[in-house]
Amino acid sequence: MMRFWPFVVFVVLAVFLYIGLGLNPHEVPSPLINKPAPAFILPQLQDTSKQFSSQDMKGKVWLLNVWASWCVSCREEHPVLMALASKNIVPIYGLDYKDKNEDGKAWLRNGGDPYTLVITDADGRVGIDYGVYGVPETYVIDKQGVIRYKQIGAVTHESLQKKILPMIAELQAK
Amino acid sequence: MKYLLMLLICILPTFSYAGEARDMADDPVLEKRMVGLAENLRCLVCQNESLASSRSDLAKDLRQEVRDQMKKGMTDQEIIDYLVSRYGDFVLFDPPMKSYTLLLWYGPFALLLIGLVGLIWQMRKRKTQIPEASLSAEDAQRAAALLNPPKDSQT
Repeated sequence: MMRFWPFVVFVVLAVFLYIGLGLNPHEVPSPLINKPAPAFILPQLQDTSKQFSSQDMKGKVWLLNVWASWCVSCREEHPVLMALASKNIVPIYGLDYKDKNEDGKAWLRNGGDPYTLVITDADGRVGIDYGVYGVPETYVIDKQGVIRYKQIGAVTHESLQKKILPMIAELQAK
Repeated sequence: MKYLLMLLICILPTFSYAGEARDMADDPVLEKRMVGLAENLRCLVCQNESLASSRSDLAKDLRQEVRDQMKKGMTDQEIIDYLVSRYGDFVLFDPPMKSYTLLLWYGPFALLLIGLVGLIWQMRKRKTQIPEASLSAEDAQRAAALLNPPKDSQT
């Protein structure tokens, strides 16, 4: 019996390492889940003389999608957002993060605009408030202005079907 | 004309102050404090680098944020709390003692204890497995003969 011990230890270690392979170290759980979304007032991308306040969204379930024209994964995410926008389920607000306004506008002109409204966070201050550390990131915010979910990295059809859409349906029913 | 020129020369040094507003990075005391704090914070983009050493854009912004908050008179602990409330305990290189970090803090000691118990158990078992060797009179005689050979047999 004794001689099987090294094998048992090996199997346990292998299982741990295998689980470790599947984990993504870049997905850091956000402490902001179930906390009020930090309030902000920022200029709108298409007309910077107009402002948008996050307080205006009280009473609505909405998505805040952090993106930038320089962000590679945002290109991958873009068709998914376009498809979601065409269904008119939930308003998608874009936060153009640390981007030049012209670049952001050109990006929307060329690739299509899935957003209800885009606001610009040129110096990334609001990004810091939201704990943004890698673009794209998407927040699901409920009617009371509480962050319910955060998608780190590109939104995919899979994450939409599995997590985001069921959550939106549940929050909208409340 | 001469006096006017002299007057102009006198005024000249005052323009040297009219440069850009001094960046906070030029304040060595504050910079040292910021680096001291940032060395214990993790950069979220390049995760094994500290906020002080990382050259990522986010780290740069966060360093500036830390400087601004120090300028506002916030204590180190307040600044750490500010960052933790946004990025989680993950930003701390020194994880706090919490219910879910107990394994992290005490796991190695538990493993050491398990190893020690196993070792003692093994040693006890081995003691019973190997019988005390006893020497018969005949064997003792042979051993003595081998160890102390007769003098005449030596060449």
